[in-house]
Amino acid sequence: MQFEIPKETWASSIRTVTIGATSNEGGTRTSRVTIGGAAAIQFHYFEGKLPHPPVIAMEVFDSPPSRYPATLLEYYGDVIDKPGEMARRCVEKYGAQMISVRLDGTHPDKGDRSAERAVAVVQEVLRSVGVPLIITGHANFNKVNEVMRKVAEATAGENCLINWVEKDNYRTIAAVCLAHGHCVVAQSPIDVNIAKQLNIQLTGMDFPADKIVMDPLSSPVGYGLEYTYSIMERIRLDGLAGDDMLRMPMMITPGYECSRCKEAVAPEQDNPLWGSEKLRSAYWEIATAMSLMLAGAELLVMYHPLAVKVIQRKIQELSKAGVSI
Amino acid sequence: MTGLEIYKLLPRTNCGDCGVPTCLAFAMKLAQKRAELSECPHASEEAKTVLGAASEPPMQTLKIGFGANAFEIGGETEMFRHEKTFYHQTAIAVQLRDTDDPKVIGSKVREVEEYVLERVGERLQVDALCVSNVSGSRERFLKAVEAAAANTSKALILDCSDVETVKVARGILNGKKPIIHPGKTGIDPFVEMVVEDGAGLVVSSESVQDMAVTVENITKRGLKNLVLNLNSDGASDRLQNSTTLRRAAVRKGFKTFGFPQAWFLDSGDDVEILADAVLGMCKYTSLLIIPSFSKELMLTLLTLRQNIFTDPQKPIQVDPKLYAVGEPKPDSPVFVTTNFSLTYFIVSGEIENAGTSGWLLVPDCEGMSVLTAWAAGKFSADKIGKFAKEIGLEERVKTRDIILPGYVASISGDLEEAMPNWKVIVGPQEAADLDPFLKHYLKR
Repeated sequence: MQFEIPKETWASSIRTVTIGATSNEGGTRTSRVTIGGAAAIQFHYFEGKLPHPPVIAMEVFDSPPSRYPATLLEYYGDVIDKPGEMARRCVEKYGAQMISVRLDGTHPDKGDRSAERAVAVVQEVLRSVGVPLIITGHANFNKVNEVMRKVAEATAGENCLINWVEKDNYRTIAAVCLAHGHCVVAQSPIDVNIAKQLNIQLTGMDFPADKIVMDPLSSPVGYGLEYTYSIMERIRLDGLAGDDMLRMPMMITPGYECSRCKEAVAPEQDNPLWGSEKLRSAYWEIATAMSLMLAGAELLVMYHPLAVKVIQRKIQELSKAGVSI
Repeated sequence: MTGLEIYKLLPRTNCGDCGVPTCLAFAMKLAQKRAELSECPHASEEAKTVLGAASEPPMQTLKIGFGANAFEIGGETEMFRHEKTFYHQTAIAVQLRDTDDPKVIGSKVREVEEYVLERVGERLQVDALCVSNVSGSRERFLKAVEAAAANTSKALILDCSDVETVKVARGILNGKKPIIHPGKTGIDPFVEMVVEDGAGLVVSSESVQDMAVTVENITKRGLKNLVLNLNSDGASDRLQNSTTLRRAAVRKGFKTFGFPQAWFLDSGDDVEILADAVLGMCKYTSLLIIPSFSKELMLTLLTLRQNIFTDPQKPIQVDPKLYAVGEPKPDSPVFVTTNFSLTYFIVSGEIENAGTSGWLLVPDCEGMSVLTAWAAGKFSADKIGKFAKEIGLEERVKTRDIILPGYVASISGDLEEAMPNWKVIVGPQEAADLDPFLKHYLKR
């Protein structure tokens, strides 16, 4: 008797979120990015539609990060303090489809740069590249709210992805996103219930559900990856099964997380058994990004150019049965 | 099977001989695995056959290797680790090619032998070696097998399509049964060979349908130690195939596919191998054969493996004690945190990252993280104070400052009461901020 391939169908699908605005939509971007839309588990083209393959963003900084590894300085050292140029390199040389501008320098403990300066940095990046932007803040609520208020206003019409709001700080940023037409990242601490609750709060203030991207908080390989991995699988399965408040696409931050991992950055002489840090720097990010992408990530914010290249290739391979890219 | 389905197979006479008043009640107990069919003296042959098959696990478990290096693969019941757990981690084998000189093979094997990582209290290492008859020459293959066997006690996989060669190779291995991977060749002679001793056999196929037919024929001979190698055309095909095989076994009860899966990765760049190995590990490959060994690749894969195959039902813990981080002196800083493995590992790592040596007091918090333990009352001032006394903290260090995780600053007052000779310093909320914190603290 012929074996019949068991296929699963789902009651629902993941929402699509479009980020960026070209002149048609009132912005200055030359491309827009759409993520989400899956009607099946990630890459399961054999049993459902997945109209938008995962997308890779890369990150630039308003001021050079203090913990930036030497292995990455090899690629970016000459432009680490020039976010516009660094963004251009990420897009033109390394194929980034979006750019995240991390405004850590505005944190009171890391430079306390002004909101106005943050706006200038974002505008510099907007002038330098045509891809959509992610604006990434920090956890000092008072300051980040002030910064995001100014940045959201200054970039009105560009439909940026403002990163992030969380359970204890969402109203101000959500309100300015709403006012100026931006999307928002809803971040939760590796907790399905908190993720869901935050989406309920946001949509409760009339924030459009199709402008929310979830960040369940990435843990890199070796530092709790399995928690993020399983939370993401659970969120994705619940969303496909019809839980309306978990039907948003998901974002991961392997670049940031892996850049802080001992295994990714420690010099070989500290641990000869670990081999070369140049390779580990890429490998750690490849493994983190690949596994969490299989768990459902649709937007990946990455750092290492080699990791980006490999994951891009894997996305193409895994998507070949579906959409033509 | 449901109680009702089982009931239909029973005599339905309510004779009570099984000790239960009605057949329906007995069927319910059988469904809950609280009874055995053998307790019914009147069960039909059909009932015995059907229920016998139904009580087999969804996937066979295969034991590989010998002695201290033996391990198991298979025995899985889930599609997702959060549904319960994955029971056996993906086994990793490194491939050796007989086109290499036996001396080279020997040294490669020794390199793999010596590669042992310690992480979160566990030893991580490669599980097996696969000797491939790339040359097609019997002599070269046998020399390669000898070179491998002489340098390792890890499990061996013999990748060779000539059954007579394999027979001789098995003889060399002297009872240490290897797994046999015939590859793209008629499998029948190999089935004949292993039918006596139940050695593990990799069944290769190019399509799901062909695999079903082949395996069915093999299992008719009574073999259970099979590993399924469904050759796939690219990552997308691979994902579909592995998902199909796993789903058929654990969701559809299709016993023909109730065996662990293998994947022999193609040679290529390490980064391609890595990405594919991650795909395999996350998506249902039980035995992964890596075409080349590198420290960086193995570190990454072994660590990822430890993550994915951690049992989500059991948080991992470290022993409660006073840990020396680096080379602390009696007046080095003292920290306290919980005994959740990840917490301990991250905090001690960050102390080291900051270039500091210190003492890390770790009471028993049942493997919970700082906030979880605090919320559950397992990381309280009282508990910390008691533990410090128990282990004689004051006799072991001169310092009388204790650095508390920032997230539980609220217990600092209580902690100073529970530890009267001590001053509580509230540390950062994030372990990653220990570096700047310590720069500041150590200057005072």
